[in-house]
Amino acid sequence: MSPVPDQVVDVRDLRMRYGDKDVLHGVDFSIAAGEVVCLLGPNGAGKTTTIEILEGFRDRSAGDVRVLGEDPRRASEGWRARTGVVLQSWRDHARWTPRTLLDQVGGYYEPYGTSERPRPVPTAELLEVVGLVDLADQKIATFSGGQRRRLDVAMGIIGRPELLFLDEPTAGFDPQARREFHQVVHRLADLEHTTILLTTHDLDEAEKLADRVLILAGGRIVADDTAEQLALRASLGVEVKWTRGGERFVHSTDDATDFVRRLLAEPGEPVADLEVRRASLEDAYLDLVQRHESGRADEAARAFTEVV
Amino acid sequence: MRAHAVRLGLRRGWTEFVLGLRSSQDQSFYLFTAGLAVGYLYLRRDTVVDDTGLLLPSVALPSILAGLIVFGLVIGPAYSLAMEKEDGTLLRAKAVPNGLIGYFAGQLVLHSASLVPQTVAVLVPSFLLFDDLMAHPSGWFTIVWVVVLGLLATLPIGMAVGALVPSVQKVGMWGMLPVMLLAGISGIFYPIQALWGWVQVVAQLFPMYWMGLGMRSAFLPDSYVGAEIGDSWRTWETVAVLGTWAVVGALVLPALLRRMARRQSGSQVAAAREAATQWVR
Repeated sequence: MSPVPDQVVDVRDLRMRYGDKDVLHGVDFSIAAGEVVCLLGPNGAGKTTTIEILEGFRDRSAGDVRVLGEDPRRASEGWRARTGVVLQSWRDHARWTPRTLLDQVGGYYEPYGTSERPRPVPTAELLEVVGLVDLADQKIATFSGGQRRRLDVAMGIIGRPELLFLDEPTAGFDPQARREFHQVVHRLADLEHTTILLTTHDLDEAEKLADRVLILAGGRIVADDTAEQLALRASLGVEVKWTRGGERFVHSTDDATDFVRRLLAEPGEPVADLEVRRASLEDAYLDLVQRHESGRADEAARAFTEVV
Repeated sequence: MRAHAVRLGLRRGWTEFVLGLRSSQDQSFYLFTAGLAVGYLYLRRDTVVDDTGLLLPSVALPSILAGLIVFGLVIGPAYSLAMEKEDGTLLRAKAVPNGLIGYFAGQLVLHSASLVPQTVAVLVPSFLLFDDLMAHPSGWFTIVWVVVLGLLATLPIGMAVGALVPSVQKVGMWGMLPVMLLAGISGIFYPIQALWGWVQVVAQLFPMYWMGLGMRSAFLPDSYVGAEIGDSWRTWETVAVLGTWAVVGALVLPALLRRMARRQSGSQVAAAREAATQWVR
């Protein structure tokens, strides 16, 4: 298959081998402009390897990879300017302040600004976006983990990237910081039309942010769809809970509508506290990964692709 | 675009230098090394060096200063590169357009500029405490070219060590130890002629000896030259050896830095972070 031109990311038969261990065997996917795509998978599935290959930080063993029209392995500095990477810092630039550091980093993007994408984002605006205005002139060494992560985000988006890579961006965030970060992502996607590829272990986050979810297990993409569709296709059944005569009941069914209709039509005491819960992305994900790990990967993958 | 990145890198290096000057960590390093050197000279301020009629501080200061400068120029960049490839500084530079150019330009500025406080911290107390340190004012000119040439010769060695070592802990083994050994055999603390012939040959292959010789030629009167190998300051040889190291460094270093940058990735930084929290291995 030849690369599709308007795809921001196009990956064909990507393979990666460390020593004699295959980490990725034949990964295929593509991302269209403006999409927010979440890459999920258990630890060791190859998420970070995949994202590092796309970022141009790691050589691949085989396969065809196009990112913003270039091969990241040999990408130009102009390509660098169009991509953003949110890195996880821990000790770097301890003596700097966010303001001096962002001024310095932003400077490199200046020659790459265009009228529709002025680069870099002004430091003051950026500090506002990530909520570091009050800490702008404090030494980075004094920052908490969460504050450092905000700075990481600021440095990732300072070049107004067309494509942004986020590898577990909210690890170590408290719930409020996580919420604020989600707003930043929505803002980037909606206002700046940034294409975003993120990895996370937080399935709730994936459901909230992603237009599309890719699940990587055993070195292959085993699912590729919207979070909603994945949950539907998992055919895990729907959980129905209700109370009748002071007693609590739980029933799992494939056809919740029919079951509830019959339940309500039954004579006897009235049904109260009725609750119908469809499988979430988390249920679907866990089911798929579990099936995969118990050696029925192909079957699971087929079930996911054949249903529709 | 490259020139733009170099300018940003120069600013980066200057910022790092100023931040370093303000940090108590760097201040205590400068004061500690200078304190050791000047303290030693002070304790032996009345010792007369055989046959020359000169006092020990006059003879030993230029050599010790050369030793300190080489030490700083090798160990400083070696530690800084080894640390910054582990903590993600280098990776950040790699994620930015032309960021690596800026990063390495910054490193050159930072480590070159760091010579000044180190030299001043030794020279100022020395000139206050001891007499007859500078035989002739033209020596200041000699100091300038010896230091500049020494900088070009040794800074690439330090950066190469930093680029090649697998972890910060290994800088001691591959940076500190060789420099200490060379200081021991390069006529910094006692005349090189006191050593076996083959050791003298080895010492004269490296910049440390020639830095020391060049500094002595700057500070000491011509009457002292009889104590040197061949009764000469060997100025042309000094230029040739230091110049050769500088040229080789300039040719080899870019490839080493490119290799280091190419290997840099997020998982490498994450692994180093794990390792740093794991002291017992």
